[in-house]
Amino acid sequence: MNGAAKRFVLDWLTGLGSLSLLAKESVASLLTFKVSWRDFLYQIYFIGVKSQAVVIITGAFTGMVLAAQTYFQFHKVAMDTATLAVVSVSMCDELGPVLTALMVAGRVGAAMAAELGTMKVTEQIDALRTLATHPVDYLVVPRLMASLVSLPLLTTEAMAVGITSGYLVGVFLLDIDPAYLYHNMVSYTKGVDIVIGTSKAFVFGGIIAVIGCYKGMTCGEGAEGVGRATTEAVVYASISILISNFFLTLTQNQLLRLFP
Amino acid sequence: MIEVSDLRKRFGANPILDGVTFRVESGESVVIIGRSGGGKSVLLKHLVGLLKPDSGSVIIDGENLCGLNERQLLPVRRKFGMLFQGAALFDSLTVAENVGFMLDRERKLSPAEIRRKVAEALEMVELSGTESKKPSELSGGMRKRVGLARAIIYQPEIVLYDEPTTGLDPVVADSIDQLINRVRDRLNVTTVVVTHDMRSARTVGNRILMLHDRRIYVSGTPDEIFNSTDPVVHRFVNGISVPKEHYF
Ligand SMILES: Nc1ncnc2c1ncn2[C@@H]1O[C@H](COP(=O)(O)OP(=O)(O)OP(=O)(O)O)[C@@H](O)[C@H]1O
Ligand SMILES: [Mg+2]
Repeated sequence: MNGAAKRFVLDWLTGLGSLSLLAKESVASLLTFKVSWRDFLYQIYFIGVKSQAVVIITGAFTGMVLAAQTYFQFHKVAMDTATLAVVSVSMCDELGPVLTALMVAGRVGAAMAAELGTMKVTEQIDALRTLATHPVDYLVVPRLMASLVSLPLLTTEAMAVGITSGYLVGVFLLDIDPAYLYHNMVSYTKGVDIVIGTSKAFVFGGIIAVIGCYKGMTCGEGAEGVGRATTEAVVYASISILISNFFLTLTQNQLLRLFP
Repeated sequence: MIEVSDLRKRFGANPILDGVTFRVESGESVVIIGRSGGGKSVLLKHLVGLLKPDSGSVIIDGENLCGLNERQLLPVRRKFGMLFQGAALFDSLTVAENVGFMLDRERKLSPAEIRRKVAEALEMVELSGTESKKPSELSGGMRKRVGLARAIIYQPEIVLYDEPTTGLDPVVADSIDQLINRVRDRLNVTTVVVTHDMRSARTVGNRILMLHDRRIYVSGTPDEIFNSTDPVVHRFVNGISVPKEHYF
């Protein structure tokens, strides 16, 4: 292997290692529950409350397009009333958690990286350390906790909005029989689908916060460094969400078979 | 007590410190002078463990900082107050929150007591009434003084000042020098001051160290340093540049 490729692989592995160390340090600190509740509440407000618009729009239009497209295909085989069941199961298992997480990664992951990155380059993180405060305790843990709490809630919201708007499109635009539409949806959607979706969202919440904070705290020098950290936080978080989603689906499927 | 021995640090291929050795006794006040870019701020950051040396050791009250991880360093850092060259105020917090940061984190005092102590500290640096301002609304010199108030409010045992008087007018600079001395005498604080201001060096230093050529070039009392006949020291304290080829 030539030098550049070798260095790339080594850098990548080193990065992965320090990311894991940050995750470990954050979880250890989180489990002491000595977080500043004021900072935690502020982050809940920023991550949870301020993401409403984005999540609702994403949920609504995904549910709508899914209902329309499913109807167009199912209509050919006269399965019109199964439309909403498809919308509901896909919103709960895959689209709800993944799309919500991708949107939040763009908003919140970027903000975390930019904020912590700026603090790093202006020596504020060093100042924090001289004031006998661990940056993980003060900066990472409130963000991580808020993200772990907010993502499942936002995802549930996206599911509900998606299914509702799918129903409205089905009934008012596509003229499907509302009673059967609703009945099929309820009988094909299980409680476990919601558990699958929200548990994925929990994992994605962790990914967004840890990668966002990691990119911020290891940010390079100057404005350029902050810019790069922000972009990388969004890109890496999004990719990690998509990849881990596949493996989560496989694992959850196995678990379901073991414990039906 | 601070003991630094054979400290070496390089950034990439650039050696910045190469065998720095000195010690500062408890209650002593030491001024570090040296050329701009010579590594004074880097040296100061090693004393609190913000940077890890490539080799050598920093020993604070018998404890070697170099072997400690970030979490083990926290109790040691509690002994320190540090004023950064660029003040490094938290820009999302107000002046009062910045100054009271440590007291607030420690949760030993009530909010009212913290407010009172913050007001006192701001009074000492002549910034009464700026409590609710954000750092971005302050001038450079005001930020520096807020940073100073933040570093001394919790009565640390060792205070490191990185250019405390740079960017201040002569009157305020003098009052800051007096403040540094008062803090030292009242609480028997060990003080390390990095400065380019020779008047300030004379006022606050029991001893002056000169960092030159990546190591401690000379150490002595202010009188010894200011009357030194060594050409490097003489030129530095009197501000005489080496003549270069002239284009103009
Ligand atoms: N994080 C860093 N990465 C790479 N090089 C650095 C870093 N920090 C400092 N340096 C280099 O170390 C050298 C010493 O810097 P330092 O800030 O300690 O100088 P200084 O003596 O404090 O100067 P001044 O009096 O101007 O503040 C400089 O050449 C600087 O380029
Ligand atoms: Mg400096």
